[in-house]
Amino acid sequence: MYQKNPEIGKGVDWIMIWLYFILVAIGLLCIFSVEYRNGDGVLQSFLGFKKNYSKQMFYFMACIVLAIFILLTDSKLFTATANLSYLAGILLVLATFVVGREIKGSKSWIPLGFMNLQPVEMCKIFTSLALAKYLSMPETNFSKPKSQLVAAVIAFTPAALSILQGETGLALVYFSFLIPMYREGLPPGYLIFGAAMALLLVASLLLSTKTLLIAFTILGVIILFANRKQIRRNNRLLIIVISSWAFCILFVGIVVPFTFKHVFKKYQADRIFSMVGVDNPFTDKNAIDITNSADEKAKQKKNDQQNYNVKQSKIAIGSGGLLGKGFLKGTQTQGDFVPEQHTDFIFTSVGENFGFLGSTFLMLVYLSLILRIVFIAERQRSTFSRVYAYCVASIFFFHVAVNISVTIGLAPVIGITLPLMSYGGSSLLTFTVLLFILIKLDSDRQMVLR
Amino acid sequence: MSVFNQSRKNVVRLIFAIMFIVIIARLFTLQVISSKYKIMADDQGKFRKVIYPDRGIIYDRKNKAILQNMTIYDLMLAPNKLKGIDTAALCKILDIDEAQFSKRVVDLIIKNGRTRPAVFEPLLSDAKMAMLNEVMYKFSPAFYLQERSVRSYPYDAAANVLGYTAEIDTSFLKKHKDEGYVSGDYAGYTGLERSYEKVLMGERGIEYWKRDNKNRLTEKLENGKYDTAAIAGQNMHTSLDIELQELGEKLMQNKLGAIVAVDPKTGGILAMVSAPTYKPKFLSGSERRKHFSELFLNPALPLLNRTVSATYSPGSTFKTLQALVGLHEGVINTKFKVTCTGAFYGCGYSHPQKCLDRGTFDLRNAITVSDNTYFATVMQKVIDNPKYPNIDSSLSAWDRYMYAFGLGHKLGIDIPSEKRGLIPTPAYFNNPKIYGPGRWNYCNFRSVSIGQGEVSVTPLQVANEMAYLANKGWYVTPHVVDSIEGGDKYGVLDIYKKQHSTIDIPDSIFEAVHDGMEGVVDRGTGQRAKIPGIVFCGKTGTVENYIGLEKQKNHSFFAAFAPRENAKIAIMCVVENSGQGAWFAAPIVSLMIEKYLKDSITDKSRLELIEKMANTNLIPDRIYAAIRQQDSVRRSKDTSYLVSKKDVNTIKDSIGLEQDEETDILDKIKKDKDTTTSKKELPKKDSNNTVPAPEALLPGENKKPEPKDTVKK
Repeated sequence: MYQKNPEIGKGVDWIMIWLYFILVAIGLLCIFSVEYRNGDGVLQSFLGFKKNYSKQMFYFMACIVLAIFILLTDSKLFTATANLSYLAGILLVLATFVVGREIKGSKSWIPLGFMNLQPVEMCKIFTSLALAKYLSMPETNFSKPKSQLVAAVIAFTPAALSILQGETGLALVYFSFLIPMYREGLPPGYLIFGAAMALLLVASLLLSTKTLLIAFTILGVIILFANRKQIRRNNRLLIIVISSWAFCILFVGIVVPFTFKHVFKKYQADRIFSMVGVDNPFTDKNAIDITNSADEKAKQKKNDQQNYNVKQSKIAIGSGGLLGKGFLKGTQTQGDFVPEQHTDFIFTSVGENFGFLGSTFLMLVYLSLILRIVFIAERQRSTFSRVYAYCVASIFFFHVAVNISVTIGLAPVIGITLPLMSYGGSSLLTFTVLLFILIKLDSDRQMVLR
Repeated sequence: MSVFNQSRKNVVRLIFAIMFIVIIARLFTLQVISSKYKIMADDQGKFRKVIYPDRGIIYDRKNKAILQNMTIYDLMLAPNKLKGIDTAALCKILDIDEAQFSKRVVDLIIKNGRTRPAVFEPLLSDAKMAMLNEVMYKFSPAFYLQERSVRSYPYDAAANVLGYTAEIDTSFLKKHKDEGYVSGDYAGYTGLERSYEKVLMGERGIEYWKRDNKNRLTEKLENGKYDTAAIAGQNMHTSLDIELQELGEKLMQNKLGAIVAVDPKTGGILAMVSAPTYKPKFLSGSERRKHFSELFLNPALPLLNRTVSATYSPGSTFKTLQALVGLHEGVINTKFKVTCTGAFYGCGYSHPQKCLDRGTFDLRNAITVSDNTYFATVMQKVIDNPKYPNIDSSLSAWDRYMYAFGLGHKLGIDIPSEKRGLIPTPAYFNNPKIYGPGRWNYCNFRSVSIGQGEVSVTPLQVANEMAYLANKGWYVTPHVVDSIEGGDKYGVLDIYKKQHSTIDIPDSIFEAVHDGMEGVVDRGTGQRAKIPGIVFCGKTGTVENYIGLEKQKNHSFFAAFAPRENAKIAIMCVVENSGQGAWFAAPIVSLMIEKYLKDSITDKSRLELIEKMANTNLIPDRIYAAIRQQDSVRRSKDTSYLVSKKDVNTIKDSIGLEQDEETDILDKIKKDKDTTTSKKELPKKDSNNTVPAPEALLPGENKKPEPKDTVKK
């Protein structure tokens, strides 16, 4: 229904707004604690636009303005322009190939003067909208492969482009769209298969090939023995078990070693192994010779650097203890030991300054935000809003889970930001817009079925 | 399509929740369970900086600073900023070549890494500092100057008394484990610096700093909440008279020997000269490296503090004490006379021994002319006194006197490496390796009566003996330090507060001895010491000495206290190998007394005497021979084997870090039994080989085993 005089506060989910402000405030404090040195004038440098925390504050103000603007628009605008904005987003990403500026090794940034914009980052919004739009169309039947394929193309095109730009981390984020798809009826087989493969991969990294072969064989025999009566009646199960056993053997014994020796570059293999805390068993001298080019060496160096980052990040967080060292008292974050600690590793300052209790509190704030979004999703009457909400929840979840996992050594170094906390206008802007579009959609949830 | 599958929302929620639980669990192990990261963080993020306080300042009796602190600069280098520095110019100033320069840089990088600044050239000399200061801007920021405090000596005198500080070694660290030293620290090695290390060093402060990823110190941890402030070392006031000390050093230049002057009333050391000496600044700051080995290898042993670490036969100065013993034991009285007609019989000699001073002498005159026969007779009477059942007990009685006079044991002065000297005991002679029980009598050691033979003393003991005579029966343990500013926290000065008077000898006996000693100066052997307008008592000594079996030129001794009544100074001087006591030691002592009592010497003839004494070179030829020998060996091979092993041991003994415990006198007597035995062995061995010159520089240790009775005066 058309509203003549839209009221900003009407129907707005205040809990979300509060969580948003809390997280941004914690983020600002963390950036401040990383950069502030005894004797700096606080007010002066906050207004100076020289220090990162000052810049982040101005970005935040800009984001508020934008958020108000979003709340003032008609929520129908988003459904109407979903496809168009998606197209524009893709074009922007493509534009970076031409006018992009290289920052930190990836040419995915567009300079705007006062800040640098990363279209792939922004594209998450448009993809969410477009996916919501597609899935909410009456003719979409998600049990049919055709619809699944279209949805996959919508979700993964920006990811593919971002891989081409060298931003693998951001590309991975697009896998979070599997969650809304699952919610909307994607057969669970995809997720189970994916999870099983991931498990198999991790197992094949952690354990030796021989152990795995024996383990799989024993497992197979046990399953067959347990189900021997069913198998006598119907040999379909036998075929499934034997073929999956054969697949596992093939995967562990041939595919994984082959991939690590010949498909991955040495630094990639090393990084994957270092993530699970094992030395690369597939290293051989030939492989080193092959990868001896200058480019490879540079990447190897980058790899070492990342191991250093994780080690320092673990030291900083680990030294926080139960209660932390206190605000501005962290020796590690103040000593610049953790590289990138105002962006991707911002969590280290929470871990060091506020300890386990502070970190847990932050985790709970994020979890409440995400679960609140799921709650909001489920109260929507329109599929568009629900899918969009799930997209937002999944993106937040993926970012938080992966970012924190990286800092505490649970995942390999993937350069993605901690939503709303990491320094950077692009990231803050993206998450603000993502959230406020959702808040706007939610505030209009009573209006109409879209 | 409407709500597809309501149960799936719970699956999604479950996935979210599980992931967060995993993360929180991981955080729990990382932050709460594991302590590894806390240790790693402290290792790299905190720095414990030790703040060194200034060492205490030492003043002389007139409150002039004689040892204080001076700021000197280290040249520091941060290797990562080295680009674009004019290394050639810097090399020229530092006087090194480019190869050395790059080697030092590489060494520093290996040791400290690229970013951490380290000492490139420590303790810049004044000359280099002056050159550098003007052009320093060219070399910054890679190079910069960092100040540090070193010891400085405003008077450049009293090196052997003050001592020096040096970097501590591992054995020192082991011995002083819990006293807060770390390797690289400096500590007092000799002299007062060592004796009063605890007082002078002060208390170190500790600052906790935050350190950044480049190993730079950024700011204090929590604004210095955990820091402790450094407390400067305590200043000390000594009894030294620095001008007197300077005069003494001037008089003793180009000589081997020692002067010790004591205030008899307080036991405070007024001057303590060991010759040859060195400029104390040679072993401080930038010059140390250059000079130490040079001084260490010098055959004249400038690092040896002869005042306390060298022992000599006391010679005729010993006679005054024999007079005291004889009178107090009652074997003679002041009227007792001995006549020598030119020959002296006794002790089973088949032919008469010459006696040098013909005539008849009473006690006073015997002292005045230093008559050997008289004191040989006196001691014989003491030893053969029928009061005592046997020679063991009579010699023990004699020993008790000697200990009471401060001989035969360490006095306990606050200067390290004091020697005890030797006073023969019955146990000493009863040793089968010497004579064996019952196989000796007075005739075997009668030369002891005139201060030769089996008796040795340090110059300090002789000066203290003069103080004892001046005080008529007591002395205060000689000491350099009178008071410590801010209180004597460790009670180190307590032993210097009480008078030692173990045997009560009546004043009349002292008066008689004083009469004789006054005569020495007035009309006797020590007339050259006469000072117009001052009546004082003295005693010459002419000490025979041997290296191996080879007789050396006599040591010249003179000991005195002045003025006779209410003495203000007790002093002794020994000039090695200079001849009779009257020739050099007496004038030197008289000049010292005059300087101290009159505060300045103005008389022209006396000033000339100072110059004459100062310009006389009495260093024996063997020293020059040894230096020549060293030089020639050095030319063929450079090694420190040049100095014979024994010399090195002696020096080590004198500059060694630990001093054996001071025990009381009775213990000492027992100990003497063992130590003197080994001492006796030593000369015997030495006499068998022909010793190279530098071997024999320690008088007292190389005495002739069986001295004959051919002592003059």
